[in-house]
Amino acid sequence: MEISTTQYKRCDVIKIVGRIDSYTAPNLEEELKSLIENGHYKIILDLSEVDFMSSKGWWVLIETQKATKRYNRGELVLVNVQERIRESLSLVGMASYFKVYDDLTSAVASF
Amino acid sequence: MTTTVFPGRYESLSAIRDFVVNVAKGAGFKDFDLYAVELAVDEACSNIIEHAYGGENKGDIELTCDSTDRSLIIVLRDRGRPFDPTIIPEPNFGLNIDQLKPGGAGLFLMHKMMDEVYFDFSIGSGNVLTMIKNKKTELSN
Repeated sequence: MEISTTQYKRCDVIKIVGRIDSYTAPNLEEELKSLIENGHYKIILDLSEVDFMSSKGWWVLIETQKATKRYNRGELVLVNVQERIRESLSLVGMASYFKVYDDLTSAVASF
Repeated sequence: MTTTVFPGRYESLSAIRDFVVNVAKGAGFKDFDLYAVELAVDEACSNIIEHAYGGENKGDIELTCDSTDRSLIIVLRDRGRPFDPTIIPEPNFGLNIDQLKPGGAGLFLMHKMMDEVYFDFSIGSGNVLTMIKNKKTELSN
């Protein structure tokens, strides 16, 4: 799994390429924690090139969402979530915890 | 029927998923059903490593896949600690996000993604998890 971060004026975009599972999720967790520890609470996760995500990945996102939304200081939003991941998310009822955008421009503009 | 043994570490998950996806594709599964099988097996194996073995590199995972006219049958065997699946609470994703605590999602997903899930814990034989995904009518014809 590859992770790249781009800082914009009002938010940060993390793009992930690959699969998020129990093996790779800790790397993502580290990257997200680092952003939050440095005071970056408005985060966009670009999942356009993520074709697999297990519950381990979802818990990392949920813990990140908890941290970003604390004191209303920010939010974690998702962009370009592949259909099968979206469907599994909805099936278990986790979809409501994240705003999902179909393109990066809209996601960036939301902040 | 094909059986392969994988080292019980998270690094194996990718290879485990690829193995199962190949078998499932050969059996005619596609689209979300294919992903469902992949996800269920990943969750099951992650649980084996974390809970049955209590961590990585403490045992192997034996994976057997079989396909019939009606279904795909996946059997996972490990030599770790048994557990009682009936006492694992289902996660409640209707709660406010701050009330959510990790745990139970893997088992929940396995039940959601597969049509049948059975556990068998026999002393001496290890833990056996059987998951079955039924083929849709047009696949089984």
